[in-house]
Amino acid sequence: MNTGFWTLTFWVGFLAATVRMATPLIIATLGETFAERSGVLNLGIEGMMIFGALAGFLTTYFTKSLWLGVLVATLSGIAFGWLMAFLTVTLTLSQHVSGLGITIFASGLAYYTYRAAIGSPTVPPTIKAFSTLKIPLLWKIPIIGPILFDQYAITYIGILLVPLAGYLIYKTTFGLSLRAVGENPEAADAMGINVYRIRYTALIIAGGLAGLSGAFFTLAEFNMFLYDIVAGRGWVAIALVIFANWIPSKVLWGALFFGSIDAIGLRLQGTAIKVPFQVYLMLPYIFTIIVLILIARNASYPSALLKPYRRE
Amino acid sequence: MSWPTIKLEKRMPPPVWFQVLTPVIAVFISLLISAVFILILGKNPLIAFYYILKGSIGTWFAFKEMLVKAAPLILTGVAVAIAFIAKYWNIGAEGQLYAGALAATWIGMLNLPLPKPVYILLVITVGFIAGAIWSGIPGYLKAKLKVDDVVTTLLMNYIMIYTVSALLNGPWRNPVTMYPSSTPIAQNARFPIIIPRSRVHFGLIISLLAVLFMYFLVRKTKLGFEIRATGANPSAARFLGIDTIKSIIVISIISGGIAGLAGVGEVAGVHYHLISGLSPGYGYSGIIIAMLGRLNSIGVLLAAIYFAIIINGAQFMSITLNIPSYIATVIQGITLIVMLAMLLLFEYRIKIGRSK
Repeated sequence: MNTGFWTLTFWVGFLAATVRMATPLIIATLGETFAERSGVLNLGIEGMMIFGALAGFLTTYFTKSLWLGVLVATLSGIAFGWLMAFLTVTLTLSQHVSGLGITIFASGLAYYTYRAAIGSPTVPPTIKAFSTLKIPLLWKIPIIGPILFDQYAITYIGILLVPLAGYLIYKTTFGLSLRAVGENPEAADAMGINVYRIRYTALIIAGGLAGLSGAFFTLAEFNMFLYDIVAGRGWVAIALVIFANWIPSKVLWGALFFGSIDAIGLRLQGTAIKVPFQVYLMLPYIFTIIVLILIARNASYPSALLKPYRRE
Repeated sequence: MSWPTIKLEKRMPPPVWFQVLTPVIAVFISLLISAVFILILGKNPLIAFYYILKGSIGTWFAFKEMLVKAAPLILTGVAVAIAFIAKYWNIGAEGQLYAGALAATWIGMLNLPLPKPVYILLVITVGFIAGAIWSGIPGYLKAKLKVDDVVTTLLMNYIMIYTVSALLNGPWRNPVTMYPSSTPIAQNARFPIIIPRSRVHFGLIISLLAVLFMYFLVRKTKLGFEIRATGANPSAARFLGIDTIKSIIVISIISGGIAGLAGVGEVAGVHYHLISGLSPGYGYSGIIIAMLGRLNSIGVLLAAIYFAIIINGAQFMSITLNIPSYIATVIQGITLIVMLAMLLLFEYRIKIGRSK
C-alpha cells in the first residue's frame, strides 16, 4: 500500500483514524459533561475508564461475547459513578480528592483483578475484537464512505450519543433540572428539584459512559488489556469538557480535533519524517495544555462546580 | 420517592486525641475494606497482612529495604502536602520526580572533574531546579491565568514521562547494552550509602531534612503563614495584604523542587542511571501520604513510612502467597477515600435521615 504523504489513501486513512481515535474521547467527555453540568467534577473518570477496559476485556475473554463485555464495562462504570456520588453528594467530600481516590482505587483494582484472573504470562492473552461495521451502501461512497461508514459499532454509538446528550440537556425536564442544579442548587431546591437525585443520576451517566469508553480500548482499538492502556485519555476528557464549553455538539468537534492529533502520530510514524514516536504520544497532552491556556479566561464553568450542596 | 440522605450537623472541633487518632482509625478501616479483595481470592487476609509486615520490617534486611523506599515517598509526600496547604492542587509530583531524575542524570553523565561533595551538591541543585520548573509552569498558569492546576499538573506528568522515554530510546540509549537506560552517572555524583551493607543512601537524610524544612516553613516563616492563609481563604488573605498570586507561584516552585529531589535520589542513590520505570507511582502515592498525614510534617513522615511498609511488603507477600502486589495500590486508593471521609467527622456529626 502506498502511504506517501500526499496521496489520497494517506488522507482517507488519516481521517478514518481520526474518527476512530476520537471515539473514547467523545463518549467519556459527554459523560463528564453531565457530571459537571450537575456541579460535580469527576476526576474518577480515568480510573473508571481503566476499570471499564478491564471489565470489558475479562467478560469477553471468559464468555466470548463482545456485547456482554460492553454491557459489563458500562455497569462497572455505573458502580463507580454511584460511589463518586455517595462520596461527593451524600458525604459532601472534596470532589478533587474523592475523584483521585477513585482513580487510584479503580486502576489498582483493575490491575489486581487482571493479575488474579490471568496471571502474568509472557504473551498477554487476546480476544477476537470488534471488526468494523460497514453501513450498507453508504460505505461505498468514495472518500466519505471509508472515513465515516466503515467504523466500529461503538464509534457509531459514540457519535449518536452526541445529539442524544444535547437533547437530554436542552430539551427535557431532566436537562432543565440538571442545568439548574449545576448553576444554583439552592434555587433549584426551592423550585422542588431534588438536587441529590439529579447529581446521582448525572454521575451514574458519567460513570457508565466512562466505563463504555474504556471498553473501546480493549474490545475495538486493541484486543488485549495492557498496563496504562487508557494512558491519561480520561484527563484529556476533563480538559475537553472545558474546551467544549460544556456543550455536547462542541464535544464532538473537540474530540475529533484531539483524535486527529493522535492520528497524526500514528500516520507520521510510517513516513520518512524521523521523530521519536514518544513525541507524537505527548502531542495530545501539550495541545490540551495550550488549549486550556487559550480558553482559561473565557471558560464559563457551571457556577456550582466543586461546591457541595448541604440541605438545611 | 423517599431519598436516603446523610444529614450533617456542625459540631465543635473534636479533642486533640481524636484528631491524632484519626489516621490510625482510617488505616484500620481501609485495611478492613481491602481485606475483602483478598478474601475474594480465597486467601486469608490476616496471613496476607502478616506477610506484608514480615516482608517489610520482619528482618533487618527487609527493614533497610523499606527505608530505601521511604526516602522518595517522604519527599513526594512533603512536596504534595505543602502544595495542598496553599490549595495548589499539585497532582504532578510524578512528572516533577522524573524531571529531577532527568536533570540529575544529565549532569551525572557529564563526568565533570569535581570532588564528590561538590558534584553531589550540583546534582541535587540541578534536580531541584528541574522539578521546580516543571511544577512552576502549572503554578504560574494557575496563579496568573486561572488555568486549572489539577489538569495541567496531571498532563505534564505524561509529557515528562514520554520525554524520558524518548531520550532513553533515542540519544541516551545505553550504547553497550542497547537497553533503554542511560549510561551510568559519574562515581563522584553518586550518593554515599549511610548504613553499611545496605542500599540506604544519603537521600534518606535529604528526605528527613525536607520534613524539618516543611515544619519550619509552615509554622515559623512568613511564607508559611502566607500559604496557609492563601489556602484557607484567598480573598481574606488578599485583604490582609498577602500577594496570593506570588505565594502560589513560590509554593509551586518549592513543591516541585522537593518532588524533583525524590527523582535525584532514585538516580544518584539507587540505580546510578536513568530508567523509564524509575518510579512505580511515588508521585501519586505522595498525594495519599499528604492526606493521611493531614498535611502535617510529622504526619507525612509517618504516613510515608506506613506506605513504604505496605508497598515493599506487598511485593514479598505477592511472591509468597500469590496475591497480586497491586493490592498495595488498592489499599492506597481506599485509604485516601476513608481518610477523607474521616476528616468529615472533624466538622460534622453524621445523622442518617430522609428527604422527600
